[in-house]
Amino acid sequence: MARRLVWVPPTLFGLLLLVFTVSHIIPADPARVIAGENAPAEQVEALRQRFGLDRPLPEQFLRYAMDVATGSLGVSLYTQRPVLDDLLARLPATFELALYAILISILAGVPLGVVAALRRNGWIDQVIRVVTVTGLAIAAFWLAILLQLLFSMKLDLLPVQGRSAGWGPEPITGFYTIDALLRGDFETLGDSLRYLALPTLTLAIPATATIVRFTRAGVLNVMSSNAVFYQAAMGIPRTVVIWKYILRSALIGTLTQIGLVFGNLLAGAVVVETVFAWPGLGLFAYNSILQSDYNAIMGFTLFTGAVFIGVNLLVDIAQSLLDPRDR
Amino acid sequence: MKTLRRILRDRALVAGLVIISLLVLAAVFAGTLATFPGDVTGFDPGARLEPPGPVYYLGTDRMGADLYSRLLFGARLTIMVAVLATAVAVLIGVPMGLVAGYHRGWFSDLLMRVSDVFLAIPQIVLAIAIAQTLGPAIQNVILALSATYWPFWARLVYAETRSQRNETYVEAAVAMGASPFRVMVLHILPNIASSIIVRTTIGMGGTILAAAALGFLGLGAPPPAPEWGRMIAESREYLPQAWWYATAPGIAILLVVIGFNLLGDGLRDVLDPRIRRGADGN
Repeated sequence: MARRLVWVPPTLFGLLLLVFTVSHIIPADPARVIAGENAPAEQVEALRQRFGLDRPLPEQFLRYAMDVATGSLGVSLYTQRPVLDDLLARLPATFELALYAILISILAGVPLGVVAALRRNGWIDQVIRVVTVTGLAIAAFWLAILLQLLFSMKLDLLPVQGRSAGWGPEPITGFYTIDALLRGDFETLGDSLRYLALPTLTLAIPATATIVRFTRAGVLNVMSSNAVFYQAAMGIPRTVVIWKYILRSALIGTLTQIGLVFGNLLAGAVVVETVFAWPGLGLFAYNSILQSDYNAIMGFTLFTGAVFIGVNLLVDIAQSLLDPRDR
Repeated sequence: MKTLRRILRDRALVAGLVIISLLVLAAVFAGTLATFPGDVTGFDPGARLEPPGPVYYLGTDRMGADLYSRLLFGARLTIMVAVLATAVAVLIGVPMGLVAGYHRGWFSDLLMRVSDVFLAIPQIVLAIAIAQTLGPAIQNVILALSATYWPFWARLVYAETRSQRNETYVEAAVAMGASPFRVMVLHILPNIASSIIVRTTIGMGGTILAAAALGFLGLGAPPPAPEWGRMIAESREYLPQAWWYATAPGIAILLVVIGFNLLGDGLRDVLDPRIRRGADGN
């Protein structure tokens, strides 16, 4: 446990170094990249001076690290607001999406994985296998468009895009569903859930496929272990063995994958939020790409990396609390 | 003969092989198979957004180009990006993993920490940052993807090399006076090749998905290149009327990625019977 914590600062430092490399060393002329293709030479020169891009690289890195340490990721060239403020304002929207997607994928994925393993090579296992193979190979943005086409445009059941019909509930946590619930506003809650449905489903399908595969493999592993063999030989009924021993270890195994699944969700969010115009980090990244908003993209990369490292740390902590072998 | 029979018995492997062969054939014979090869990068205002039919098998796009022909030429682009990006990632990752796994010391630790940092960011996010910095071009997509995917091979080869390091055959080679380079390349590498092949096959599928996502976000080959991801992005403006527009490239991506995943799964079963199918999440 302590070992994990010790690695967080060096990993964060490495992340900083990596983003610095991408933003300051890879481009031949960073000032030109920031200013844009058609900016006049004087403007590029002024930017070079202002951001200290004419200084030696170590000095530039030190300056960059100091900026990040004090919470400054630069100013977005498009929104003209500090990038960190923009990112923090959009974090709840992405987290809300990711949270529901993870919940759905666990609720659907773990039982399906267990059933597939218990009925190994039976027809139900074959069906689940075909579905997961498809779920893992489908392009998230294409799936998003298909769902939009079917449920919003053809059937007219769910909204095409956006997060809310109005302004959303008065913020407490920034999660629309939770805020609406806290304020007892069930109309807004229903509205938020309707807008959440399609983007959540899009993200949940590949995540479910991943969890099914891990759970199935985990359960098969436990079923062939000596411990389970011993339990069965002792005459303990099969159902008891399954419920007590197999499910428990399968759940712990699944938990280790949540960090990985969460990373995929953050990555998937970029394209899914783009299709559904969901006002989170992903849509922010897409707009920054369109505007060639350099500071915003580098801020997004650094921020997402830091969030990802934090989530993985939390998963590790949760796992060591749950797994008796780790205590 | 025995190996061949084992390969043919594995349905996943056969299905994967068939799909990938079709992709390669489509790419190689795109010029012959295409019904409107001149349309791929052209503009035909009279034939805009035609639904699928006997003339335009899969319909036409906003430029009046035949989607079937564009898909065929897009297969070339897909194969090129996937093969080159994966090859570069393998060429960086495998030697790093070998060296780090064979030797012990600060240099090995450093190599592995560096790969940890790369893995600490979701791959597509880092690829977006790199592709954006370099500008939209096909070679930049390849560069961005290989720069983000090499740690997967470095990690795999590192772990495998570590476990082979103490095997008797390695000890024997070292005792015979073989240089570290010789031991790594001639003794250890052949013994871990099957894992690398399996990982590379599945990695091709992942690379194609990531490249399509970059194309969708506008970071791929600039238009009018028949890039599958960008074709789907373009179609969004014409929904729901032009339902066929996104359908064809989407199915193409799906099939090709399924093909590589099945092939990888099948190869794992054939090359390494110890590992049960689906034992890892890929």
